[in-house]
Amino acid sequence: MLLAASNAASTSGADLANASAWAVYAVGATISMLGAFGVVLLRNPVHCALSLVMTIFGIALLFIDESADFLAAVQIIVYGGAIVILFLFVIMLLGVDRREPRRQDKMRGLTPVAIVVSLVALVSLLVLTQVRFWATGAKASTETLNGPGENVQKLGQSIFTAYLLPFEMTAALLVIAVVAAVVLVRRSAQSGPEAPRKTAARPPASQESHRPGTPVR
Amino acid sequence: MTVPGPWYLVLAAVLFSVGATGLLVRRNILVMYMCIELMLNSVNLTFVTFARMLNDIGGQDSVFFVLVVAAAEVVVGLGIIVAIYRRRSGATADDISSLKG
Repeated sequence: MLLAASNAASTSGADLANASAWAVYAVGATISMLGAFGVVLLRNPVHCALSLVMTIFGIALLFIDESADFLAAVQIIVYGGAIVILFLFVIMLLGVDRREPRRQDKMRGLTPVAIVVSLVALVSLLVLTQVRFWATGAKASTETLNGPGENVQKLGQSIFTAYLLPFEMTAALLVIAVVAAVVLVRRSAQSGPEAPRKTAARPPASQESHRPGTPVR
Repeated sequence: MTVPGPWYLVLAAVLFSVGATGLLVRRNILVMYMCIELMLNSVNLTFVTFARMLNDIGGQDSVFFVLVVAAAEVVVGLGIIVAIYRRRSGATADDISSLKG
């Protein structure tokens, strides 16, 4: 009797854990899908950036559910806190925070083709998902995920031992990216240092007169 | 107890396809960049799911490096976009069809 009662309690506890796992997955999937459709469908670039934040938060929730705690934090900090802010900064700086005008694009007739191509890609990805040959049976080259220790500790150990050289190369990559950004955005490199400050700070009127919507040739 | 891995893979595939559709359909360069970020995020989700399914931390390492490369890519890409907009304001992807400056 007692055994049966405890059995029932444990199964109901398992059901509860099961239901909560599915609830977390459903919430994360819903948030990220809504954000993704917002990025694609909304016409104001600022709204698109905010939808991207929504997607990033949903994916961070799914990361936590999949025991990738450190990556969830980094996802929110780097993507939500740095990359999207950079996007918004550029949007505001360039003043493109308006609704895109519906123009007669030459390529507008190709939109159904693009959607069909994406659907074909989706179907092939889903077919690949159902093929059950992912596990090769080989031992993990770095470390197991479910072993003892915290997620951050294991991730740091494998990055600083097995992946030390790629980690050092990311440092070089970031420095190169910073230098490239400075070089790209620096104004009027070809006009020389003796160019007057006034023309350097303001583009010529012929280039400035183009309004959005008018094709520039 | 977590949801089985294939569910996450399907979600990542759908997210990737939505991002790819946006990249092909939208003409604003900034929004196209956001769609690329969307696709990168879905691939990150796939990596984390495989790390859990195969019990290997290597997938999470890959996500770490993808994040670094994505940050560098965004910095350079936004620099290029600012340079383009400075030269011809209100440009969409269709207006930059030639390499002529």
